[in-house]
Amino acid sequence: MSQSPASSPVYNEPNYLDAEKGLRSWLTTLDHKRIGVMYLVLTLVGFFLGGVFALLIRLELLTPGPTIMDAMTYNRMFTLHGVVMIFLFMIPAIPGIFGNFFIPLMIGAQDVAFPRINLLSVYLYLAGAAIALVGMINGGTDTGWTFYTPYSTTTVTTVAPVLLGAFILGMGSIVTGLNFIVTVHTMRAPGVTWMRLPLFVWAMYATSVIQVLATPVLGMTLLLVAFEKVFGFGIFDPARGGDPILFQHLFWFYSHPAVYIMILPAMGVVSEVVQTFARKNMFGYKAVAFSSLGIAFVGFFVWGHHLFTSGQSTFASGVFGVLSMFVGLFTAIKVFNWTATMYKGAIQVSAPFVYFMGFLYFLVFGGLTGIALSTVSLDVHWQDTYFVVAHFHFIMVGGTIMAFLAGLHYWWPKMFGKMYSERWALAAAVLVIIGFNATFIPQFLLGNMGMPRRYYSYPEQFWPLNVASTAGASLLAFGFTLILFYLIASLVKGRASGPNPWLSRGYEWNTPSPPSLQNFPQTPEYDRGPHEYQDGPAAAEVKHAH
Amino acid sequence: MHTDAAVAPSRLAHHFPDMKTQEHAARMGMWLFLSTEILLFAVLFTAYALYRFLFPVGFEEASKLAHVAMGATNTVVLITSSLTVALAIHYARHGENRKVVGLLAVTILAGAIFMVLKGIEYHHHWVDGQLPGSLYHYAGLKGPGVSMYFTVYFLMTGLHGLHVLIGMGVLAWVAVRAARGEFGPSYSTPVELSGLYWHLVDLIWIFLFPLLYLV
Repeated sequence: MSQSPASSPVYNEPNYLDAEKGLRSWLTTLDHKRIGVMYLVLTLVGFFLGGVFALLIRLELLTPGPTIMDAMTYNRMFTLHGVVMIFLFMIPAIPGIFGNFFIPLMIGAQDVAFPRINLLSVYLYLAGAAIALVGMINGGTDTGWTFYTPYSTTTVTTVAPVLLGAFILGMGSIVTGLNFIVTVHTMRAPGVTWMRLPLFVWAMYATSVIQVLATPVLGMTLLLVAFEKVFGFGIFDPARGGDPILFQHLFWFYSHPAVYIMILPAMGVVSEVVQTFARKNMFGYKAVAFSSLGIAFVGFFVWGHHLFTSGQSTFASGVFGVLSMFVGLFTAIKVFNWTATMYKGAIQVSAPFVYFMGFLYFLVFGGLTGIALSTVSLDVHWQDTYFVVAHFHFIMVGGTIMAFLAGLHYWWPKMFGKMYSERWALAAAVLVIIGFNATFIPQFLLGNMGMPRRYYSYPEQFWPLNVASTAGASLLAFGFTLILFYLIASLVKGRASGPNPWLSRGYEWNTPSPPSLQNFPQTPEYDRGPHEYQDGPAAAEVKHAH
Repeated sequence: MHTDAAVAPSRLAHHFPDMKTQEHAARMGMWLFLSTEILLFAVLFTAYALYRFLFPVGFEEASKLAHVAMGATNTVVLITSSLTVALAIHYARHGENRKVVGLLAVTILAGAIFMVLKGIEYHHHWVDGQLPGSLYHYAGLKGPGVSMYFTVYFLMTGLHGLHVLIGMGVLAWVAVRAARGEFGPSYSTPVELSGLYWHLVDLIWIFLFPLLYLV
């Protein structure tokens, strides 16, 4: 490797985990790596809770009619599932964990631009989560995560705490995005030009732009709903001249871009993974980098496709439908380049790569159904059915969670310096991918047959496919539990990974594993891009090979 | 990079190579934050636009109930405070900390005058029952969109007033630091950034005043 001071990754310093001990040192840390680990713990708790709610939903739907809960409990349960998964896991997970941990390492910086604000974001997350969850337990919101008015302002359940919690979580999200944008602009080491920026950083940059520009709109909108619910301000209340459709516009102005907050980081993760495990630099680097910005940009102009059946004019629906298809265009550019990167690569089939393959399949499948849904005439047929649920979960669970798991397995040795059991990891990956298909393919079919979403009961003819879906969900749950076990086991008795077990040439691997407290003894300088594998293995890499 | 060797090294955070980069980052962060503020208000401006379009007559009638004289006074007061805060930034760069303290005190005073006048306006509306949504009970004016005007009015001016209060707090903190003589040619970012925030608060009012009081 040719870059100067970082080429020898063995620093005589404590690593960031051993540098300080005790709970207090974690709760007051300003180190971006520790904040990343805190996000890992917190978002995994969120994921666990959201997963439990999902399993309860699937159990209720195991048989037609009431199975384990009544209709109201079911409504609260799918609201809990949605709110927790979206606001406590999907949005903060990859930016909070991998963004915090790896953006500074990838651009050769010692930390993010505003470390104190970074810690603040963790506490905003905790505060928002606490308020939302207490509200959910005490009153049990039954509106779904979309809080549609006028139902949300007239329901007997408590809504305001959840709205306030989501508002505070949004502030945390804004702060994280703002921090990353400034970091990428001002803190790149010499030689890390924009055209050498790792693709994960590009994707996180695009994500951050959405977080900063869209989240305030949601925050204000949710506060308006809370004001209306508590004080009767009437802003969305038709009885007082208010317009509930205005809520839908404002809500989706954030919440559609928000799905790109969830998927863009995932696209960044798999861009890193495919380069490392195919041992090739990205085919069409610029196309992948700019298509992230393209998705972020177009994502702001497609929200109307959630309002096809809300009385929006046919012309507006058509425009929003066509604009939505542009997202598919940019995504296709990425899929093409990821696939082309594998061509004639030296592919190493390990757990992160298997998840990458899973991601590719789910993204293409889910993405194509998305194109179908953005076609107005088809959407009218599928509106509010399980088809939409399955589409959304294909992208969010199939896409984002596959990429999250790919990143988790890829970067686990870097974050903790330990290797997990590859055999168990492969077994779990296969289990998760099969379980996922078994859960959601039946839901596509159910939706097409006309089964509506958000009902706790259904007619007999939908029974077999619902049983299949619940069985798949159990497989998924089993797979996730397995992952949790062997990852924790690896921390206790896993073998040391060495600085670079994958022989990756991503910038972040030019550090010891786990990285030392101070990322780099002196600012690194680069004279090559990340993932340049053309010139064969370097001596330093062979030395560290396991 | 920095001339004042006694001050600058302690100001430089460990993760920045030099003060210039650090200040660039701080300034950029502030501008991004201001853009989120604009988007926060944008929701209310959108609501205003929609309901003005739906209820042109109701909005016109209701806006006549706004206290134009107090609103106009407040506009002058805020524009003046923007001048004093701009001068404070100028003197901070020249290290004249006493002048900075004085100018910031005038700015904060202007903010206080604004809030008092706003409070008097709110009091009048409260007494007359010119209130948002279901709380509206003013007998003098009825009709579609009238209570919606006051919903929008209280939301917009309320959120703006909250920003004025926060701005006063931030400027007070900066004034304390100026009193300690912290600012000079090598370091004046806090004055500059809090000044930016104050300008934004002022700017939003310049849009609110004509929309809510005049048209």
